Amino acid sequence: MKSLVPVLAVVAGIVAIWYAAAVGLNAQWTYDQAARAGVELGFTDVLRDAMVQDRPVLPAPHQVAVELYDTVIDKKITSKRSLVYHGWITVSATLLGFVIGTGLGILLAVGIVHNRAMDMSVMPWAIASQTIPILAIAPMIIVVLNSVGVQGLVPKAIISAYLSFFPVVVGMVAGLRSPDAMQLDLMRTYNASRVETFWKLRLPASMPYLFTSLKVGIAASLVGAIVGELPTGAVAGLGARLLSGSYYGQTVQIWAALIAAACVAAALVGIIGLVQRLMLRRMGMGQ
Amino acid sequence: MGWVIFAAVFWAAAWWVNGRLSTSVLADQRGVKLIVPTIFGLTILVVWEGLVRGLNVPGVILPPPSVIVGTIGDSLPILWEDFVQTFVKGALSGYAMGCGAAFLIAIVIDRSAFLQRGLLPVSSFIAALPIIGTAPIMVMWFGFDWQSKAAVVVVMVFFPMLVNTVQGLASSEAMQRDLMRTYGAGYWQTLIKLRLPAAMPFIFNGLKIATTLALIGAIVAEFFGSPIRGMGFRISTEVGRLGLDMVWAEITVAAIAGSAFYGIVALIEKGVTFWHPSQRAG
Repeated sequence: MKSLVPVLAVVAGIVAIWYAAAVGLNAQWTYDQAARAGVELGFTDVLRDAMVQDRPVLPAPHQVAVELYDTVIDKKITSKRSLVYHGWITVSATLLGFVIGTGLGILLAVGIVHNRAMDMSVMPWAIASQTIPILAIAPMIIVVLNSVGVQGLVPKAIISAYLSFFPVVVGMVAGLRSPDAMQLDLMRTYNASRVETFWKLRLPASMPYLFTSLKVGIAASLVGAIVGELPTGAVAGLGARLLSGSYYGQTVQIWAALIAAACVAAALVGIIGLVQRLMLRRMGMGQ
Repeated sequence: MGWVIFAAVFWAAAWWVNGRLSTSVLADQRGVKLIVPTIFGLTILVVWEGLVRGLNVPGVILPPPSVIVGTIGDSLPILWEDFVQTFVKGALSGYAMGCGAAFLIAIVIDRSAFLQRGLLPVSSFIAALPIIGTAPIMVMWFGFDWQSKAAVVVVMVFFPMLVNTVQGLASSEAMQRDLMRTYGAGYWQTLIKLRLPAAMPFIFNGLKIATTLALIGAIVAEFFGSPIRGMGFRISTEVGRLGLDMVWAEITVAAIAGSAFYGIVALIEKGVTFWHPSQRAG
């Protein structure tokens, strides 16, 4: 709670800068309009106009808030103009992909930890793949799957799965290896089998690592789902809202979609953080 | 059918060799540690080639590696032009500006405990957001050319870099700072001789995270609009024309550029933080 006041101060500062920037960036258009109409404008007129333009260079925060309210609360959620509708499409692809990617990632990590050949062959590639802009293949996956008749949720989920896969593999391998030699020796003195060691020592010990990489993974999944919505050409989803906003110069719509995506990301990461706290506390590892 | 059988046999043979190598007494040698993943990578390529040829997968779905290599060889000038546009102009300039600005601002906010407590949670929150979504806005503000891509990269790398640098500057111990005080060192002397060197592992962690983000930002921003060159532009237009060999060629270039960029930063890190335990071992 000690940091509440500084955080609020910083947020207030950001909003203030945003307003100032909105006035500065939008004023040019107002002056142009006034020059064309041949009227002299006072500073307060410019200020007022910069807040209410239809297609501002930078919409003022309250314009974005109004757009968010309109598209989230006012519209029916089945409406194609509702952000909840678009948000849900993105979130469902994200979650499906995240579950697939995490599941496969954990399986591969288990294989890597128990099979030396797999460890030596796959692990360097898994690490190297994190330095590669994997997101670049998103358009190709969408179009290729489209050409073989797979559409809608699945291609986006595959991109999400792909993006969340590698962080989970790397984190989970580190986690499964985190028990030290002492603990492994203790299991050996109990005459525990490999399976028992896995369930009773390695898996529980890996949980903090798993959750850390899950947070990275879900954020990556969301980015994957949003980018996956671009190549199909603005059909549905938050990415489509961004794209159609950029086609038609609807800056307020872009910013609303952006803020919505930010809220979704924060909520998803927050949920994982909450599960992490509860679970680690139950396991006696909480702080 | 012959190709499929060949792929299967090659797979089995490579698996056997890797299995033997990794459990043999040689397993901890450096050469073997390089050979095993190389064999694995080769196997993937051979199986890919064999399956695509054997099962007659059309090139518009998955071109075989040999065709991709051929495309890379044939279109080197285009690939180079795209590389310069996206990587050198977009990603590198944005990377330098974003990381530089984050570094300077981190030093400024490091002086105020209030700002630290406020900015750090906000920055780590922003670092987790899908910042790539600002790409359409930047394209609108800065035009289609590389300036807008650099702007996206700046926003993407700024916050991870800021968080890491601030944490790094806080990482010197009270004891060490006290020692500097007994030497009569001022703020700047302490900063340059103690706190910045101590912060280097954190700073390089931020720089390494930022390399990948920079390339992703520059490529994805081109999906929203670009002059008729650039890796992201080429990928999105060639996908539209179903020229998948060209797409794979660009992806190969992006992968090599990404790993090389990361590798160079990691090498510099090795030189700068030679004293750190993680660099000394081995």
